[in-house]
Amino acid sequence: MLTIKNLHAEVEGKKILKGINLEINKGEMHAIMGPNGSGKSSLASVLAGRDSYTVTEGEVWFNGKNLLEMAPEERAREGVFLAFQYPVEIPGVSNLNFLKTALNEIRAYKGLPALEAREFLKLTKEKQQLVDFHSNLMNRSLNEGFSGGEKKRNEIFQLAMLNPQLAILDETDSGLDIDALRIVSNGVNKLRDAEKAFVIITHYQRLLEYIIPDFVHVLYDGRIIRTGTKELALELEERGYDWLKEELHLKESV
Amino acid sequence: MTSDMILPFYQALTEDVNALSAQVPSLAPDTLHDIRREALDRFTALGLPTLKTEAWRYTNIQRYLKEFPYELLTTATPVAAEAIDKAAIPELDCYRIVLVNGHLQADQSALPVGKGITVGAMSAHTDAPGFVTYFNKQHHLVNESLATLNTALFADGLYIELAANTVIDKPVHIVNVYTCERHAFIQPRHLWVLNKNTTATIIESSVHPETTAVAFANSVLETVIAENAELWHYNVQQGEESFREVHTTAAQQHNNSRYHHFNFTLPNTPFTRNNLTVALNGSHTETNLNGLYIANKSQHVDNHTFMDHIKPDCHSNELYKGVLLDNANGVFTGRILVHQEAQKTNAFQQNNNLLLGSKADINSQPQLEIYADDVKCSHGFTAGQFSEESMFYLRSRGIGEDAAKALMVNAFSHDITEAVKVPALQHYLQVQIAEIMNN
Repeated sequence: MLTIKNLHAEVEGKKILKGINLEINKGEMHAIMGPNGSGKSSLASVLAGRDSYTVTEGEVWFNGKNLLEMAPEERAREGVFLAFQYPVEIPGVSNLNFLKTALNEIRAYKGLPALEAREFLKLTKEKQQLVDFHSNLMNRSLNEGFSGGEKKRNEIFQLAMLNPQLAILDETDSGLDIDALRIVSNGVNKLRDAEKAFVIITHYQRLLEYIIPDFVHVLYDGRIIRTGTKELALELEERGYDWLKEELHLKESV
Repeated sequence: MTSDMILPFYQALTEDVNALSAQVPSLAPDTLHDIRREALDRFTALGLPTLKTEAWRYTNIQRYLKEFPYELLTTATPVAAEAIDKAAIPELDCYRIVLVNGHLQADQSALPVGKGITVGAMSAHTDAPGFVTYFNKQHHLVNESLATLNTALFADGLYIELAANTVIDKPVHIVNVYTCERHAFIQPRHLWVLNKNTTATIIESSVHPETTAVAFANSVLETVIAENAELWHYNVQQGEESFREVHTTAAQQHNNSRYHHFNFTLPNTPFTRNNLTVALNGSHTETNLNGLYIANKSQHVDNHTFMDHIKPDCHSNELYKGVLLDNANGVFTGRILVHQEAQKTNAFQQNNNLLLGSKADINSQPQLEIYADDVKCSHGFTAGQFSEESMFYLRSRGIGEDAAKALMVNAFSHDITEAVKVPALQHYLQVQIAEIMNN
């Protein structure tokens, strides 16, 4: 589904990604871990098309299409979704109107008619339950005055509504208490199916107790330096990242 | 432009304005004749504003007066119902009053009727008590040369008077139709008097049916909001390519009165200047001035507002927001004068702008003059583009750039449209804004 080849990117002239290679197939759950500043969120931003990043080398293919040539909205319509680490508050844009616009733009792209009001509401109700997203929040301005947990739940709620093929969750667990973490994880687990793939970016192994990854990648200094299974996450939890860094430096000095 | 092409109306304005008064039907009684004579002299003394006139620093009015060979037009020709319907606000349950070039079209109007309600042509009410007491009494009008020109040369307009304790049960929608066969300068003059304990909602809008001739309206409205009266006043400038406008509103408020003014300027009219002055002649008043201007192409929109805090314990709140597209040009002036007597004044002012066109610009100037020491006053100004982070967020959900901008503009105007208390009008405006942004 997603193939990343030797991806290099920089922001304001600073090299951030230095040769990422990653293959993601449908049905898979990938976790990307790594110390602060290793490039995890940058990778998410580059995939979603944030224009402060410049790709200097490499390729990204999504279902056979060149993702890097697409505008952010095209990527979304093709089925890429980024759950933001810091969801934006937009006063005056109602959550409901925002979602309706997004959903219908994606449908139009796929040649589908706009959803009728009744169908839309039905879908909304159904997906709200998934993340315990209170309907009061629906009519409020987008994320305005939402608590940290409400914002993150809104991200997963949007994910459920827009039903993308590839969902990238950028530190969705940060700032969540244990209850919210459980709710968000349950939502993600219910959305998992054989057609979808997930990339979970996280600092902590904690989230991976709820969402079991198929693969765990360690990102360091703009590259993936280790790939393993969920056991790798446990090992990282226990030993930190330093042993990996040392291994890497040993290898490089040889 | 060569000298022999100087335009007749403009030439008359600058050289021999007296000659123009011969074209205007005289109105009874003689006292009015004197007022008009005086206004004409005043106009001659003041002359047309130039860029050196403080209140016109950013608007070259002469350029717009010279743009076409206007003729002073004091009459009206009948207008087809379809043209009037262009100004209709769907689902609005209202009394509709149709004015053509300022002249009341009674047969095309549904006038509010009832005890204490007087609605009719200005020309037919020059002896009404409200007219005698209030017409042209606001000193702010005397210093504005275009207002004096209106006083001197207006042909007709709308007179509304509510006797004490009268409430109009539905909004009144005044449709100002401007029509002309040749380029015309048209000067309607209105007076609305809300006596004690009265309440009214009045919506003004204007249409200029598709025509090759340009209409330049120089209209003046005086409103009086007497003790404990409340006026909700909406002015919707829909925007027509062949229309130019100087729209002057002079309001005066008395004890415990409330005035809510909304001004919406929508795209396409190349030139709009709104003069709004509110004189607080009484205490414990509330004034809300809300403005939203969305301008495109080379549109020039100038909102010139003046809150005159004369008496103590008054509260005014002003919020003007602008969306400037293409190479549109915005001007906002917010003058607040707090007289020495006006202790315990609260006066707040805010002007926010979105500059979306590559050559769009805004000149915004707060002018606070405060002579009382126990007051709370503030002003603020912003000009900016959409937040990139917000745009990216919307686009990352599949929303295209244009639709995202439309959502953001709607959001930006939200606190103005939200304050509109007539649901049909609120909806109408939201639809208009969405359509503007989608085109």
